[in-house]
Amino acid sequence: MIPVSFDYARAGSADEAIALLAEHGDEAKLMAGGHSLLPMMKLRLAYPAMVIDIERIADLSYINDGGDHLAIGALTRHRAIETSALVAEHAPLLAHATSQVGDPQVRHRGTFGGSLAHADAAADHPSVLLAMGGTVVAKGPGGEREIAAGDFFAGFLESSLAADEMITEIRIPKHTGGGWSFQKFNRRAQDWAIVGATVQRNNGSTQVALVNMHPTPIRAAAVEEALAGGASATDAAEQAHVGMEPSSDLNASVDFRNHLARVLVRRALNEAGID
Amino acid sequence: MSILGNSVVRREDPAFLTVGGSYVEDLVLEGAVHLTYVRSIAAHARITGIDVGEARSAPGVVAVFTPADIEAMGSAPNVLPIFPEEMRRPFINGGTVRYVGEPIVAVLAETKAQAVDAAELVIVDYDVLPAVVDVEQSALDEVVLFPDVGSNVLSRMTSEGQADFSDCEVVVAERIVNQRLTAAPIETRSGAAWWTDDGRLVHYSACQGAHPTRDLLAKIFELPTEAVRVVVPDVGGGFGAKSRTYPEELIIGWYSRAVGRPVKWTETRSENVTAMPQGRGQIQYAKLGGTRDGLITAYQLDVFQDAGAYPIIGAVLAGMTQRMLTGTYEIRNVGFNATTVVTNKVSTTAYRGAGRPEAAVAIERMIDRYADEIGMDPAEVRRKNLVPRFTEPYTTGIGTVYDVGDYPEALRLALEGVGYDEVLAEQAARRNRSDRSLLGVGIGVYVEITAGGPGGEFGSVEFGPDGRLKVISGSTPYGQGHETTWAMIVADRTGVPMDLIDVIHGDTDQVERGGLTVGSRSVQLGGSAIAAATTQLVDQARSKAADMMEAAADDVVLDSETGAFHVVGSPAVSVGWDDLAASLVEPMYEFHDFTAEMPTFPCGAHVAVVEVDQDTGAAKLLRLVAADDAGTIMNPLLAEGQVHGGMAQGIAQVLLEEIVYDVDGNLLTSNFMDYSVISAMEVPSFEVIHLETPTWVNELGAKGVGESGTVGSIPAVYNAVIDAVSHLGVRHMEMPLSPEKVWRAMADASAE
Repeated sequence: MIPVSFDYARAGSADEAIALLAEHGDEAKLMAGGHSLLPMMKLRLAYPAMVIDIERIADLSYINDGGDHLAIGALTRHRAIETSALVAEHAPLLAHATSQVGDPQVRHRGTFGGSLAHADAAADHPSVLLAMGGTVVAKGPGGEREIAAGDFFAGFLESSLAADEMITEIRIPKHTGGGWSFQKFNRRAQDWAIVGATVQRNNGSTQVALVNMHPTPIRAAAVEEALAGGASATDAAEQAHVGMEPSSDLNASVDFRNHLARVLVRRALNEAGID
Repeated sequence: MSILGNSVVRREDPAFLTVGGSYVEDLVLEGAVHLTYVRSIAAHARITGIDVGEARSAPGVVAVFTPADIEAMGSAPNVLPIFPEEMRRPFINGGTVRYVGEPIVAVLAETKAQAVDAAELVIVDYDVLPAVVDVEQSALDEVVLFPDVGSNVLSRMTSEGQADFSDCEVVVAERIVNQRLTAAPIETRSGAAWWTDDGRLVHYSACQGAHPTRDLLAKIFELPTEAVRVVVPDVGGGFGAKSRTYPEELIIGWYSRAVGRPVKWTETRSENVTAMPQGRGQIQYAKLGGTRDGLITAYQLDVFQDAGAYPIIGAVLAGMTQRMLTGTYEIRNVGFNATTVVTNKVSTTAYRGAGRPEAAVAIERMIDRYADEIGMDPAEVRRKNLVPRFTEPYTTGIGTVYDVGDYPEALRLALEGVGYDEVLAEQAARRNRSDRSLLGVGIGVYVEITAGGPGGEFGSVEFGPDGRLKVISGSTPYGQGHETTWAMIVADRTGVPMDLIDVIHGDTDQVERGGLTVGSRSVQLGGSAIAAATTQLVDQARSKAADMMEAAADDVVLDSETGAFHVVGSPAVSVGWDDLAASLVEPMYEFHDFTAEMPTFPCGAHVAVVEVDQDTGAAKLLRLVAADDAGTIMNPLLAEGQVHGGMAQGIAQVLLEEIVYDVDGNLLTSNFMDYSVISAMEVPSFEVIHLETPTWVNELGAKGVGESGTVGSIPAVYNAVIDAVSHLGVRHMEMPLSPEKVWRAMADASAE
């Protein structure tokens, strides 16, 4: 419950944070809301020599209308997204899924960018990013690049960010009126999903992403293909576990997770208006 | 009108809710050293080497103590004299460690962080031995924890008679697991100690009783009790798990003497879940028989109780289960056997209910199994077999004497409260339309034993020239609200306003003697002592008032509404407490030690309504209606608070919480990410119905209320979930009823 001792620097801007990252390399970790990093440090599962606090970079907390997309600053708190009229109008899936993250205390501290950068397959936001086809703007010493959701999650708790890059913005395509659903299954309101299913329909296509069914956040490709081939929701949902490698833990075995994925995907498809 | 029976807001709460209480960890001690422990990572191992060299030279380290350093202190005293001497727990262990989390080395440093860092540098070599984790396997003695004792079996209890099932038309049997739980108090274990210049040991402890801790310390340090002062400041919960102060805290004074500075210790949450003794751990084989028309004629319960590595209170809990064996039912043909064993896990101890929920779960589950078997409404089976209302002592089939009870009325009220027929109709409708959202209703009729342990409680009252009343209580609170309740009792009997009443507790220098706050005993023993002392004080005051009015004491009465003494029939001339105060040179003082003739037996009926998602196995508690009879209630707000908290912990046992060890004795649920403590989001708005059958055992008419919510809710919720899926063929499941377990049970039943 007491972390290994570490150095601490507070960055006043993204450029300052990136410079610090460049200086300290692998030894450094960015900290935004601290809701993933600090518990790992307290359990001594993570022990960065340098914590770069980016929480107070004020100009990275915003929700803007970018025309065909919403531009959301990396340090925007979950609570701001959950309660934003702009998000409610243009990305209702994101607003709803955000309201299901942790508990109110967590949502007041945790940030959108922090949650994505942690790249936790059990977190809610990565599945929303995948289902909505969002992009992540990463900034490094060489400037900015935009990473598609599908390219962002590289491995277990691993993103495709370079060691000296940070997320500055997340771009979410505006919802076009298609159905959507976010199904989160857990035992306690505050818990991570044991399994979750996220569906976003958009101009005739349906994107399905799963929570905690694989080492990485992942699209349910087999379900999407079945749907594209004209399968019913019930039949398509039967494919939910295909290609997945879920873990087994105290909450659920692999069999049960596979089962939950099928149930939740069917429910999500139904709720999104697919029979 | 009496203040008793009114929902008086707790006087403790403004501080708790604003600036916070004052806990051991809050103590500002000049020059204090911070203690942490290196704990065993093996469940069973001989320690072959301890290297503290690097740790001793780490930054900020003041001292590192190994078991060899404190060998002269021996082991901690046994909690009960019945346990073998060889099973006493070392303060820190350098020989054979017997559970993951057992302390091995003490590290003291200038800051807590430095102590933790240095502890990581200690190298312990383990010669790992096979661990015995399973309770029933332990009884086979294939691996023996204490070779000098020769067996893991601590005790075998056998009731005088055993149930005879030969005449039963129907017999049902089930194996029931009361899983291990952790008490999860908000405040982890915490202690601080130092020595005064005149050689006294001062020890602050987050525990459930100052005097028992003082007596232990006096024994360990070979001091007269007056040379030890124990203070229990505000405590953030205990639920039974802090009823005994443990070896790694009791020895703090030794470190303090060795380093010549005060020493503070507060364990981390992970340490608390790992190393604070846990609750339950009882495996039951229950068998119930009766007639086809619902008359229960035989009941047998055989249990295995897990004591953990070193026997403490958990080792005697099966005795409580035996005493409450037949619950609220008239069954004469009964039997009970208990085998209590040690295992390579942290010790078990009292945890809310402590042996009684186990008894209630067994009988109430079996009644539902029996009702299911004979196709009768479980409410009807209960009505047929309940002990009728009684106000004189009643002796049960196992020989326990109950004080008073009205079980049929409790059941009637709870069923009426829930709208039993409507719920059953809704359940049938859902089943008829093959609704995937299944409804279940479960009943738990319970009786439990409170103040069942030995000893009484001390209370005194003192009225001083300053016009204030000082109440001194031997009972130590750790969140219950003693200060409010004691002030209410005294205000009721004196007419002195509550804000002129000060309550003192939890300090052996200020309180003459005291017991433990366990077994729901505080109001009935501690409250009764204070009530009696107050009556004595009023008598003393009446004499003084009579003198002042030049009247005979026998003619003077106290108007407890106004706090004025006057001659009977002449209220115009009176002497108030103010007048008495003005006349006093010395305070008036009275004390009373109250010992009850027998324990009390609160009772009630809980009815739970749950919804089970047939697709996922998820069980959601929709309603919990509780008709509880704790006798006369002093403060309904506090009583309800106790019932609510008890129910939350009961629901948690049924649906969520479980301590899990792997086969090697590694704890898999060592923090709150893996151990699912229940939150407000997982409980419904409770529906509490009051039923008051005062006991004659104490003058307040009060029975204990601290644990009844747990005892009643566990069987109710448990039965409800199984009821929801019973039409699919599910007969039984083990707690906690996780979605996967329920899903598998449904799948297995449909496969049959």
